[in-house]
Amino acid sequence: MDPIQTLVKNLAEKHGRSRESVLPILQGVVEQEKFLSERSMIEIAREIDIPAADVYGTATFYSFLETKPAGKFIIRVCKTITCAMKGKNQILFAIQDMLKISLGETTPDKQFTLLETNCLGWCHKAPAMLINDEIYTELTPEKVREILSAYMKVNANH
Amino acid sequence: MATSNQLKRVDFIFRNENDWEKILSSTLKRKPQELINELISSELKGRGGAGFPTGLKWKLTAESKEKEKYVICNADEGEPGTFKDREILSRVPYKVLTAMAICGYITGAKRGFIYLRGEYKFLLPELNKVIDEFDYYCQETNLDFKISIFMGSGAYICGEETALMESMEGKRGEPRNKPPFPTQAGFMGKPTVINNVETLVHTFTIFKYGAKKFYDLGVQYSRGTKLFSVSGDTPKPGIYELELGMSLQDFVYEFGDGDTKAVQVGGASGFLVPRKKFKDAAIGFKGKLTGISLPTGGSMMLFNSSRSMFNVLDNYLEFFREESCGQCTPCRVGCQQLLLGIKAVKRGEKPASYLDKLLRLTETMQYTAKCGLGQSVANSFSSIVENFREEMIY
Repeated sequence: MDPIQTLVKNLAEKHGRSRESVLPILQGVVEQEKFLSERSMIEIAREIDIPAADVYGTATFYSFLETKPAGKFIIRVCKTITCAMKGKNQILFAIQDMLKISLGETTPDKQFTLLETNCLGWCHKAPAMLINDEIYTELTPEKVREILSAYMKVNANH
Repeated sequence: MATSNQLKRVDFIFRNENDWEKILSSTLKRKPQELINELISSELKGRGGAGFPTGLKWKLTAESKEKEKYVICNADEGEPGTFKDREILSRVPYKVLTAMAICGYITGAKRGFIYLRGEYKFLLPELNKVIDEFDYYCQETNLDFKISIFMGSGAYICGEETALMESMEGKRGEPRNKPPFPTQAGFMGKPTVINNVETLVHTFTIFKYGAKKFYDLGVQYSRGTKLFSVSGDTPKPGIYELELGMSLQDFVYEFGDGDTKAVQVGGASGFLVPRKKFKDAAIGFKGKLTGISLPTGGSMMLFNSSRSMFNVLDNYLEFFREESCGQCTPCRVGCQQLLLGIKAVKRGEKPASYLDKLLRLTETMQYTAKCGLGQSVANSFSSIVENFREEMIY
């Protein structure tokens, strides 16, 4: 069995093989692989015995379930009203400038993907962003540069 | 009535008492019927924004003869400007779990779920720890109730109760037709109580202190307290527990920066109130005799005079266009056209009178959209366009 098959099988063992397990299994694959490949969705469909189109339909509904290859760290900058008012664009510029990528792109070394997202629920500490599951608030361009440097450093040491 | 010129701050929700075991065991000794009556007499209404009477919801579920029932805590807090539920789950999670178990006892449900939005995944380790402790307590005391967390994955619409259930069933989060309501056929087609995080904590307060204590706070039709998420142009953004029924004027005195131009009450799906109407507006549920009363899930966003209301509306509409689930045409196409429409007017490609056509479109959406998302786009759209028409055009 290849790694994807094993992963899906293990997730199905853990969460069950009923329709209600679809979302937890999809989330499990994304956690490991960072995105859902066509292959992984077909594998999930086979494992719990539902049409692959249903798995695809479910997956593409949710904004945190990527179906395009993504980097190891997915940066999601909040773009909803309060963050937009409190300088979201400066944060985006700082990130784009540092990583040399535009919105929606992944760095060539497959480390960072930059996305925008809707309200993260940190309006009182705007602007905010998520890096994978980690939240960063009250951002300034300087603060963002520090945060990203730390991520890059950790990475370089691995 | 709380109409005097000061806000009434209260501290129930975050009061850290650490006596949940005592409250749980003493409440479970009382009869379900008695507890339902207590809840009904408190006049607690749902704190997610829609304001359905909580006691009635529990009663309807309790009356169902079905064997399998569920309790769901809706922690898919996605409304722009709302961030209170996360605070509750990180500061007083045991109150939520206790309330869910009491609800299970009253309605006959043995399973509870917390639907947590994907954006709050970092809460998981702590929350799971508390749930494990709670689980241990339930086993020790032979209480047959099990709670688990179901993670969302970034979809605003899943905060709508039936969309949430679709999502839990492994499908796209598309709202269902109502009726049947969740109290008859909810998760897996079984009777389900689904409540907002804050609503559950209020039931904890009510079972602990009695319905009267809760009922005595607030005003007629809007009893009790509410958490407000305050953000935007304010010197003190944050979360505040206040009595319901306050006037918006008093709120702005307290939280404004001296230059408040408008307040968005209830998030992007709520209403924008311009300065000249502050004194006529009160925060509470419908049914108040005088003035405008504005229900809210607790989102209060302040804008000062440096803000362009066109940009605000543009931001909301982009939000709705992305978050519309796409299953019903009025909402899917309506949100797109509203966004294109205001941009076209701004650029001068359409005459100003086109705004009136767009207003009629929101009216159509209000009547024909399948769920609250499409229906409530009209709220912010009409309140912004009608009050700041010149900003939309020039």
